[in-house]
Amino acid sequence: MRRHLAIALEITVPILLLVLWGVYSASGDTFYFPPLTDILQKFQELWLFDRVGSDVWPSLQRLLLGYAIACAAAVAIGIPLGLNPLLRRATSPIVEFLRAIPPPALLPFAVVVLGVGNSGKIFLIAFVCLWPVLLNTIDGVTGIDPTLRETARSYGVSGRERLTKIVLPAASPQIFAGMRTSLSLALILMVISEMVASTNGIGFFVLQSQRSFAIPEMWAGILLLGLLGYALNLIFLLVERRVLAWHRGARASALG
Amino acid sequence: MAVLCALALWELAVRSGLLSETSFSPMTDTVAELGRQLGTGDFWTAVLNTLQGWALGLGLAILLAVPAGILVGSSRLAYRALRVPIEFLRPIPSVALIPLAVLVYGTGLESKVFLAVFASFWPLFVQTMYGVQDVDPVVTDTARSFGLGRFERIWRIRLPAAVPYIATGVRISSAVALILAVTAELVIGSAGLGRSISVAQSGGAIDVMYALIIATGILGWLLNILATRGERRVLHWHPSQRELPA
Amino acid sequence: MLEVSQLGKTYGEGENATHAIGSISFGIEEKEFVCVVGPSGCGKTTLLKCMSGLLEPSTGSTALKGRTVDGPPPEMALVFQEYSRSLLPWMSVRGNVTLPLRHKKLGKGETARLVEEAVEAVGLAGFIDRYPWELSGGMQQRVAIARALAYQPEILLMDEPFASVDAQTRGDLEDLVLRVREQFGVTVLFVTHDIDESVYLADRIVVLTPSPTEVREVLTVDLPHPRDQVDTKELPEFARLRAHVYRLIKREQSGGEEDATTGGRAGGERADRDRVRG
Repeated sequence: MRRHLAIALEITVPILLLVLWGVYSASGDTFYFPPLTDILQKFQELWLFDRVGSDVWPSLQRLLLGYAIACAAAVAIGIPLGLNPLLRRATSPIVEFLRAIPPPALLPFAVVVLGVGNSGKIFLIAFVCLWPVLLNTIDGVTGIDPTLRETARSYGVSGRERLTKIVLPAASPQIFAGMRTSLSLALILMVISEMVASTNGIGFFVLQSQRSFAIPEMWAGILLLGLLGYALNLIFLLVERRVLAWHRGARASALG
Repeated sequence: MAVLCALALWELAVRSGLLSETSFSPMTDTVAELGRQLGTGDFWTAVLNTLQGWALGLGLAILLAVPAGILVGSSRLAYRALRVPIEFLRPIPSVALIPLAVLVYGTGLESKVFLAVFASFWPLFVQTMYGVQDVDPVVTDTARSFGLGRFERIWRIRLPAAVPYIATGVRISSAVALILAVTAELVIGSAGLGRSISVAQSGGAIDVMYALIIATGILGWLLNILATRGERRVLHWHPSQRELPA
Repeated sequence: MLEVSQLGKTYGEGENATHAIGSISFGIEEKEFVCVVGPSGCGKTTLLKCMSGLLEPSTGSTALKGRTVDGPPPEMALVFQEYSRSLLPWMSVRGNVTLPLRHKKLGKGETARLVEEAVEAVGLAGFIDRYPWELSGGMQQRVAIARALAYQPEILLMDEPFASVDAQTRGDLEDLVLRVREQFGVTVLFVTHDIDESVYLADRIVVLTPSPTEVREVLTVDLPHPRDQVDTKELPEFARLRAHVYRLIKREQSGGEEDATTGGRAGGERADRDRVRG
């Protein structure tokens, strides 16, 4: 009985909230919170599919490119650092400092060095997204079960084989955790960089709308960003689920 | 040691022209400027402004997120009911709300705090929720068999079990609050380090810009250490903190 | 074939030094099954790690066929106690057993044959494409044994491999190891704290003292082959050997100040088990 109640709640509560929002916004007539119907209408006008080419696609490009570079670099740097304690200790202060710099503070730096074009934004996204994945990669590698390592040693598994068949898979759950954090960071930075130093993109669009008091358009843009965040997260989870299927199985049997 | 190498490399790279002097400031100049800044009142005002936004943002987030997390985490029904809206609201980049914040709160402290709270609420809320839920069912069953009521179970078992998660959540949220505070300063122009950096950049004062970025980094680093130490102290009994035998 | 000479291992320095192993010397002949028994905490695992080249001894050395061991030699295969942590969870049984063979450059056909033979020898032929977490504890340990066998070692080192397995499965696995030793002709060094197990399996038993560990005595086990879980254990010789080893270890334990109570309790447990087994 409780199970059915739970499922019912899962479905009805979100719908209820949406309806409430729709009703509340339609009744009161605040300028800043236009009726939900207006927003949805603008949403359809703008993003399906009028401005996809001019704003959505450039934004996505920057996001994905920066993210991909960050992940690749982080794993490439993180694995050697994870395996070599000397190297790790030597580079630790630099890493700790660079990662603590609040990303927005780096935006002017990116602008000065790389200008307001795409490369500046991509660099910023890549630089900031590097750290969570890097740190998680290092943690993942150092946290590999010593028994696993000894097994590999006793059977003479070494070099490239050890890397691809043992180190990387063993650290991958942790690496994925870092990649998940970086994904949301990437989205945030994409938006900020477009608000401050861009002439196109979703972030730019939202800010422009606000400045020209096109409020429903602004909301439509915010809605799109929310959907984008949700969609990216979902895709990530699906990919993770496939790649790490073995991990869930192993954890489940270890706990149960 | 590697730090010194990196610094030396930086100096060399700029002085030799490898990195152009128009965009990069040599290390010595930057450090000198940083030193100079530390002596000015403007600098410290900016620091205080940033810290103010950070503290208020984090504080409010804690006040809202922890009770909410405990409530939702302790009730299976509440969790199931709210799961979908939460999963949808969570990924919304808080920065998307910047224009909204400007509209409603203007460009001052309130905007900054609003953004910081919105952003730092989620990690802390989720962490608290997971922490409360993560109690070993054997423990709760034992408690129930001893006749502990629902509230007592929450207070005596779930809450202490959740504390390490909450500590981690506070650490994450602290970083997030700082990021949003500086972002608000940068994008909206609220008073603080972010604005100072932006002003320096648009005014072409590269030395100042770099010096301030370093200063902001140091601030972030200090706050991070603070949060990590606090987390470690709270977590010292938790198995995840135990050193694996080498 | 394997010669351990005055092997010693000390951790730390000066006053805080822990002498895990004092000085151990013994030898193993080809195709022998040697069991190493000792009281809990006497450094049996440390000994095995030193012998296999995973740990560097402080004194003494191990020589395999005349050559000093300073790193895991290819003629040696190890089976650990924690099977679940030594099997790769992201690979199937086949993958796990194949892994050590990949760098031996045997060619795909030959490798596959060895793998299938080993998996069949441990009785897991139908499970070769399953993943470790889908298998029970006993089955996982069999995979670890299959992996060691496919590697075609000349000597198999096993570190309390059945300690984490339930009692009934343990009997099956003990017989498996004996069968496999016959079939593949490997030399086996088997570390255990289970006295019954050691007498059941061994051709010779090395009894160790508590730390700093040394060799207390080396006994020859003159029981007939093939061994049987019921018949062999009914023999008076079995009881005599087992009692002898038991007394050796108990004497060591009560000689030391540690664990007098646990020694007594463990002894009591063992006595109970014997009554059940009859």
